[in-house]
Amino acid sequence: MKTQKDINTQEDYKYGFTTDIESIKAPKGLNENTIKFISKIKKEPQWMLEWRLKAFNRLKKLKEPNWQKPKYPKINYQDLYYYSAPKSASEKPKSLDEVDPKLIETYKKLGIPLQEQKRLSGIAVDAVFDSVSVATTFKDELTKKGIIFCPISEAIIKHPDLVKKYIGSVIPITDHYFATLNSAVFTDGSFVYIPPNVKCPMELSTYFRINASETGQFERTLIIADKGSYVSYLEGCTAPMRDENQLHAANVELIALDDAEIKYSTVQNWYPGDKNGVGGIYNFVTKRGACRGKNSKISWTQVETGSAITWKYPSCILQGDNSVGEFYSIAITNNHQKADTGTKMIHLGKNTKSKIISKGISAGSADNTYRGLVDIGRKALNSRNYTQCDSLLMGNKCGAHTVPYIKNKNSSSTVEHEATTSKINDEQLFYCNQRGLNQEEAVSLIVNGFCKEVLQQLPMEFAVEAQKLVGISLEGSVG
Amino acid sequence: MLEIKNLKASINDKEILKGLNISIKPGELHAIMGPNGSGKSTLANVLSGKEGYKISGEIKYQGKNLGDISIDERAQKGIFLAFQYPTEIPGVNTSNFLRTSLNKIKKARGEKELDALSFIKMIKEKSKELGMDEKMLSRQLNVGFSGGEKKKNEILQMKILDPNLVILDETDSGLDIDALKTVANGVNTSRDKKNSFLVITHYQRLLNFINPDFVHVLADGKIVKSGSMELATQLEKSGYKGLYSNA
Repeated sequence: MKTQKDINTQEDYKYGFTTDIESIKAPKGLNENTIKFISKIKKEPQWMLEWRLKAFNRLKKLKEPNWQKPKYPKINYQDLYYYSAPKSASEKPKSLDEVDPKLIETYKKLGIPLQEQKRLSGIAVDAVFDSVSVATTFKDELTKKGIIFCPISEAIIKHPDLVKKYIGSVIPITDHYFATLNSAVFTDGSFVYIPPNVKCPMELSTYFRINASETGQFERTLIIADKGSYVSYLEGCTAPMRDENQLHAANVELIALDDAEIKYSTVQNWYPGDKNGVGGIYNFVTKRGACRGKNSKISWTQVETGSAITWKYPSCILQGDNSVGEFYSIAITNNHQKADTGTKMIHLGKNTKSKIISKGISAGSADNTYRGLVDIGRKALNSRNYTQCDSLLMGNKCGAHTVPYIKNKNSSSTVEHEATTSKINDEQLFYCNQRGLNQEEAVSLIVNGFCKEVLQQLPMEFAVEAQKLVGISLEGSVG
Repeated sequence: MLEIKNLKASINDKEILKGLNISIKPGELHAIMGPNGSGKSTLANVLSGKEGYKISGEIKYQGKNLGDISIDERAQKGIFLAFQYPTEIPGVNTSNFLRTSLNKIKKARGEKELDALSFIKMIKEKSKELGMDEKMLSRQLNVGFSGGEKKKNEILQMKILDPNLVILDETDSGLDIDALKTVANGVNTSRDKKNSFLVITHYQRLLNFINPDFVHVLADGKIVKSGSMELATQLEKSGYKGLYSNA
């Protein structure tokens, strides 16, 4: 633990603590042995190992992309741990009573109660700690409806047919450097399957926690909504404060079949680094959903407030006729944080619709880029897209950039794009102050107003948290 | 309530207020009239604590020097400014904003915060008194409001926040006669023995409806003449220029 420096003077990141827990690690380095180690410790079937190795062979031929706006120092992939798990979790606890109290305590501190009696009402939680899922709540209730909600490592063993059929079907193992890296070394994440015509009765949620140092987290999540089903899923993320940069490279695949709907919300609050830009998470994530069936719908909502660098484009492939893709995003960057985020809407089916609402907020010396692609195919007749990109600047050292790519390959489809850039103005602050609100309350109010259309998309239980987070992330950015 | 002595204020090295004196007792309503550029809005800004001014002299509020007290603290202590140009805040619900503001002020006063239901009841009553459309309360703060709606919204806020010192900065400008009467009525029904009003205006017409106790003329950063309502009537006839030539 050479890197845990005393940066606890920064009070605004309240999740920055470390859990002192004995862990099992794979030896450092990216090689076949590491992959075999992961596969073996997870008791994976042979086909899964082969799939990983195939990805690894592909990876050797790939280079990291470098077209993004935020640049970062070269990552030494051989100097990372690819697997780290609490020792107590190595034999999978059969019930929550068997979960290490230290882990229960950690999640309690994060506001995620895992014990039976204190569970969040109406929300089932899968808790992922470094490279393993440590607990999943409400499993029995969900099982009664035929819903599968479990760690993906468990699904690989218990539901191999479903995993085999869908994993890599939206993000192929050949996709790009980080996605391929993930396919080779992914450790845990959630698996969700909603059977036909079932409306999932509660929010499903995964809480990702990075704890170990010098460790990359390679989350893999797969959500399948079968015909006529509905699910709302939410993920949250936090990490300790460290002066090293840690990599979180996730792959998330969503599949919606005929008439199915998936609502996927993210509240990302990884450690953003300190005020001088030291430390923080590199959040390099590939999220993609396929509206494979007719009349299907996938809706992404993201509130990105943490990470040193956020680099992700949750996307929708609108294959089914009449399918709908939505992307609602708030990206807040303060101090030296950088974000390059947006979405891709690929229209393939007829009468497909997509909507993009992006709110970027920059403060301090931060840099915020919206990058998006709307691609309406030749056969995607009568399709529509509406895009709105708003940027809000605070102070005069930050930057906001909008890079939209629009391709419309047929004449019956329409694309609309609106973009604005504004500053929080002194008159607004004065007005709020004169009504008794202090500077920080005023900023939080104005920014929440700016983000309203996106915050409204969040499930009720999280909207309030997210609003607070928006305020906290910008503390000290004005005045 | 308010005691201002030899107040000087400058912005970007330009002196705007040049030794202003005024004393307002509880229960009184003072009107300040003056031509463009005489320093009326500067006075309103300085009293509410807006930054950017270099200030000398003394401002005593409720017997205490206001000094460096911040804008929000002054508001919490009961100083209310009805803005000349109320600013738009997109995405912020008018009613929620007012509730946040009220509870902030109540908290500072050590009073119990108002729950959502009681607040809605209160705001509905008060807005009805002002002849405001209830739908306005759920709109975004001042966004797309007409001039009259913005000003009525300021008066609504005043009525709900129940301040000690109310500064109306040209609240009458841009209002038609009906709206003007509504605003005046809002002021009249809010007056009591404990609160004070400072009404800044160009014209006599608002004053006709609210009967000020004192009328002051502000010119070139100073009060050049004080008197009763008659002064306002005289001004309306002869204009500010006529007044200077007499002085």
